[in-house]
Amino acid sequence: MTLQCPLPIDRYPSIIMAHGGGGRLTQQLVSMFRAAFDDEGLNGNDAAVLGELQGKIAVTTDGFVVTPRFFPGGSIGSLAVYGSVNDLACVGAKARHLTASFILEEGFAIEELWRVVLSMAEAARSAGVSIVAGDTKVVGRGQGDGVYIHTTGIGVVAQDHWEQPSPSDVILVSGDIGRHGIAVMMARGELGLSSDIESDCGSIWPAVHALIEQQIQVRVVRDLTRGGLATILNELGVEHGLGMEIDETRLPVEETVNGACELLGIDPLYVANEGTFVALVAKDHADKALEILRKFRKDSQIIGRTTASAGVVAKNAFGSKRVLDVLSGEQLPRIC
Amino acid sequence: MKFLEEFRDPELAKNLLTKIDEACKGSWTLMEVCGGQTHAIVRYGLDQLLPDKITLLHGPGCPVCVTPADAIDAAIDLSQQGIVITSFGDMLRVPGNGGDLLAAKAAGGDVRVVYSPLDAVDMAANEPEKEFVFFAVGFETTAPGNAMAVLEAKRRDLKNFALLVSHVLVPPAMEAILGGENKIDGFLAAGHVCTVMGVQEYDKIAAKFEIPIVVTGFEPVDILRGVLTCVEMLESHQSGCLNAYERAVADDGNPIARSVVDQVFEIGTRTWRGIGDLPMSGLIIREEWKDFDALKRFKIHPKDVQPSRCLAGKVLTGLIRPAECPEFGKGCTPESPMGAPMVSAEGACAAYYRYRGLK
Repeated sequence: MTLQCPLPIDRYPSIIMAHGGGGRLTQQLVSMFRAAFDDEGLNGNDAAVLGELQGKIAVTTDGFVVTPRFFPGGSIGSLAVYGSVNDLACVGAKARHLTASFILEEGFAIEELWRVVLSMAEAARSAGVSIVAGDTKVVGRGQGDGVYIHTTGIGVVAQDHWEQPSPSDVILVSGDIGRHGIAVMMARGELGLSSDIESDCGSIWPAVHALIEQQIQVRVVRDLTRGGLATILNELGVEHGLGMEIDETRLPVEETVNGACELLGIDPLYVANEGTFVALVAKDHADKALEILRKFRKDSQIIGRTTASAGVVAKNAFGSKRVLDVLSGEQLPRIC
Repeated sequence: MKFLEEFRDPELAKNLLTKIDEACKGSWTLMEVCGGQTHAIVRYGLDQLLPDKITLLHGPGCPVCVTPADAIDAAIDLSQQGIVITSFGDMLRVPGNGGDLLAAKAAGGDVRVVYSPLDAVDMAANEPEKEFVFFAVGFETTAPGNAMAVLEAKRRDLKNFALLVSHVLVPPAMEAILGGENKIDGFLAAGHVCTVMGVQEYDKIAAKFEIPIVVTGFEPVDILRGVLTCVEMLESHQSGCLNAYERAVADDGNPIARSVVDQVFEIGTRTWRGIGDLPMSGLIIREEWKDFDALKRFKIHPKDVQPSRCLAGKVLTGLIRPAECPEFGKGCTPESPMGAPMVSAEGACAAYYRYRGLK
């Protein structure tokens, strides 16, 4: 089925301030979201009344800004869906409903907005969530970057209680790392490089759910977004009073991603992902967990273990170690 | 990855380490010149694997570290006057005497990261209503690209493009270090610099100071090979310059790149951050290209002021290791750096902080 944008684009090909004014144009804009999201929750009210949910409820909220808005493997729209879906998956919850709020910049092309909305609808269908309420605001030209999206997700907890992590748990990653960040950098077109690297943007729930269903003793699941694997391991270490030791030779990094990182002088351990997670798992369950994860991504890997001493350390092929600290900011490409 | 993994091969590294161990009888202090080498050494923990009798000192070859604070101040000032500042990424977080370019951007300056100075030329061509300055820092490695940017801007008759130059040269710094209080037995010369310059300059230094200089690459196996060659030369009382990075460095370097540099730049006195003025130690834009010299076009007169508690100069000349500085990890961290070596991806202090923690 191909959805047609219900807005009369010919008249106003771009967002104008009046789209945020509450009048007919606002109504037309809202009809666009309704057509794409097609959920009965999206009725005339500003709030949705949901059906009964069985079990504990998890809730999360997240804002999305990305340049460019479309990149290989995803868009700001699919990110906005999977971001919240994955945050819920990290607490063992399956996302059920999302709300979405859009800050639109005056002058933003309606046609592009339609494509963003369609990619959200597609991601929502694929993740099995419904978008039940939404809002739009328009800001003046120069006061925003095309579109900002904010989603709030509600999910039902499938795994109520995970044991606290302890030293000698095993660290697994659910797939190769660094693809999203590099795909976005490439798509910005500033590097003079081209590649077929696609973002890993997607739902982690199926893999997390499989671990839960197979009764793997999972301690922690965390998606490897901002700051990448090294940053998240540091956060987990501080949170749980543990150290982490990983084996650099076991890190799954796609060759093209590795090549781009080498050229730019950046470390894939600190590059963002949008559909990959790290799991701390009881030692005895590690092999089984790996077997399950590999059904979803064949490059899932056991990369290390937790330790009693603080800090994140990476062992390399030479037998020496380095500290993986939290970076003070973004990685910046090197001079030479 | 081809041509990379081979030079990170643990077996090859192990063989080289065994050979170094066998060859090394005396105690030797070697300095690797380039910050890229420092990072590889610390990242792969090569210093932990070498025999105790070998001490590695980290040299001055970190471009952003030796760029004087006042040059950064000048870039910040220009950015606040509505001039677009284009720069390599790792220059943005280096503090001047107050603030850095990231803060200048937040304060409304148009500061853009580029990956090549030619990208900055393109931007200037595409936005003729704005003035563009490229922050041209670095050693002999980046000089050809920066010179090409000037030639290209001239060819395209651009009137809105200039370089803010802080270019330095490796040999004068090596001579200054060898003439100082440091005891260095041998150098691992910076391979990428030699891809442009060749090895002749180093023959002269090696003869003058009677030391071995080994042109060395940047991967673990390259570096260990450089160390082995240097140790073998020391043990056999041999001085001179040998090339252990043949896959990238020809004896004569890259004459075409050098001729481009010569067209645009001439040798002049440069201020090195933390080290001071070194005569004939850098590149300045020739008079006939003065229209492309931001210093002249915007009448800037930089003067270096170093925060007094920062011992960057001693770190950059190998007199102390980063962790020996009383401010390391205390008053000076990557979040609030007192000196440039704590900022750059190639700075020795940042390398220690990042890969070793506070031990």
